[in-house]
Amino acid sequence: MAVEIAKQNWDGQVEELTIGATEEEGGTRTSTVTVGGETTLPFLHFEGEIPNKPVVALEILDEEPKDWPEPLAEVWGDVWDDPAKWAKKCVEEYGAELIALRLTSADPIGQDRSAEEIAETVEEVLDAVGVPLIILGCGDEEKDNEILKAAAEAAEGENLLIGFAEEENHSTIAAACMVHDHNVIAQSPVDMNICKQLNILLTDMKVKTNQIVIDPLVSSLGYGMEYSYSVMERIRLGALRDDDMLAMPMINFIGEEAWDVKETQASEEEKPGWGELSTRGIQWETAMGTTVLQGGADILVARHPESKENIEAGIEELMTESSYE
Amino acid sequence: MIIIGERINGMFNDIGEAIKNEDPEPIQEWAVKQVEAGADYLDANVGPAVEDSPEVMKWLVEVIQDEVDAPVALDTTNVDAIEAGLEVHEGSAMINSTTAQPEKMESILPLVAEYDANVIGLAMDKSGVPKDAETRTAKAMEIIANADARGIPMENLFIDPLILPVNVAQDHAPEVLETIQRVKKLADPAPNTVLGLSNVSQNCNNMKLINRTFLVMAMAVGLDSVIAEANDEDLIDAVATAEIVLNNDVYCDSFLNQFRKK
Repeated sequence: MAVEIAKQNWDGQVEELTIGATEEEGGTRTSTVTVGGETTLPFLHFEGEIPNKPVVALEILDEEPKDWPEPLAEVWGDVWDDPAKWAKKCVEEYGAELIALRLTSADPIGQDRSAEEIAETVEEVLDAVGVPLIILGCGDEEKDNEILKAAAEAAEGENLLIGFAEEENHSTIAAACMVHDHNVIAQSPVDMNICKQLNILLTDMKVKTNQIVIDPLVSSLGYGMEYSYSVMERIRLGALRDDDMLAMPMINFIGEEAWDVKETQASEEEKPGWGELSTRGIQWETAMGTTVLQGGADILVARHPESKENIEAGIEELMTESSYE
Repeated sequence: MIIIGERINGMFNDIGEAIKNEDPEPIQEWAVKQVEAGADYLDANVGPAVEDSPEVMKWLVEVIQDEVDAPVALDTTNVDAIEAGLEVHEGSAMINSTTAQPEKMESILPLVAEYDANVIGLAMDKSGVPKDAETRTAKAMEIIANADARGIPMENLFIDPLILPVNVAQDHAPEVLETIQRVKKLADPAPNTVLGLSNVSQNCNNMKLINRTFLVMAMAVGLDSVIAEANDEDLIDAVATAEIVLNNDVYCDSFLNQFRKK
């Protein structure tokens, strides 16, 4: 009895999306990143195409982080008061292909920096490195509408990825991305119905389907990651079953979540049973990243370079052709 | 849910006239209207006005596909007309239909295999529409076995359990629902199922209400496709809603619009 390999024939395909624009394309980036395009479930090369590997971006802030734990301070402490230097270190020392710049200094209850100042920071980081950028707001809706608009304008032609558009607050940022030719992150609260509806709202505004990235809002390992994971799987199945409004690549902010829980912050004296703090957080972030890859993540945003390296090593193995001939 | 728009049929006066005068316009208008309403296939039936010849079917297919991308369901009993339609058809056509009658299958199924077409298989033979679900299922099985023997994949086969009007053949409707359920268990992967929906309400009052009510019931037991009035807005709303309730489509607030865009 011969063994027949069961293959699913999928009708749909995830949209292919490029972040960054080189000089020929009207920007100033020295490289670009392309994700998406899958016609099969994660890494099932034998029944479909996976034209682009998932990418691990490194996340930086535009001000000194207040609550980042020791292992992160050790790596970034010498540069984190200067986003341009920080970005340079990500690229030159740790080979980042993509950088996520989070503009926390704009927070009204923090430094409350103005849209003009923010635009300057974005320009500085663009000058400092040649890789494409992801630009994220501070989390205050009103302020983000202001600063992301300014950032989109300052980076015109660079084809960046900007977030977040949400169901109740999407038109300003989506319009800014359209006018200045950037991609937009559509964030939904672990809810595929809202995820789909938001994509409909964006495309009704004439945002192109290949300029949207889905953020399903993943929670940390140990804190509800499985909810987001199953939402991600259903989004991917929707895409492969030819639901256009779910056929966008997905992004996960694993660093932000992984380093925000006590397991990655508590000292060894406090929690002797948990082992060394220096490796615990990296493992936490790595485990989270490698898990969501199986749910269909296309872009992971990590905070520790070692987690990035670990996850990239995993991606390289998973991208090895597994076709049966 | 695969919707086969029923409107391009010579039984309707405007289409009958258009075919007689070789006027493509009304046909193309209906092709566009039906596709915009959500039709996946367009049924094409020459009707009684002119002779059901290969030339007319060929002309119909070309006129339709000049205007829209949708595949055509070649609705005729004339095998030469089917073949003429298949020859000019772009993409994967549907043949409407064969029965379980051996000579009929002998003439139709080779064309299905040759042109990689889809085919509607009526669960009946020359003795007419069966009364009960058992006989309907048996006829369906004969078509499935013959299709399989010719290498026709199950997803290209659409079994029609034959619905009759509820005013004169009321006891048939539950048998048809039972048949759909059984047919879905006859093979793995299962063949598709299809209904000529408008039949259920012929000469009844509240035809559209009967149509959409029965369609939703049939979807619940495994109906995959339907020949119906694609421009009946309430019918398409009912289908879109049933797809959501059956968890076939992912819910979103615009689900009614979204269904039509697919």
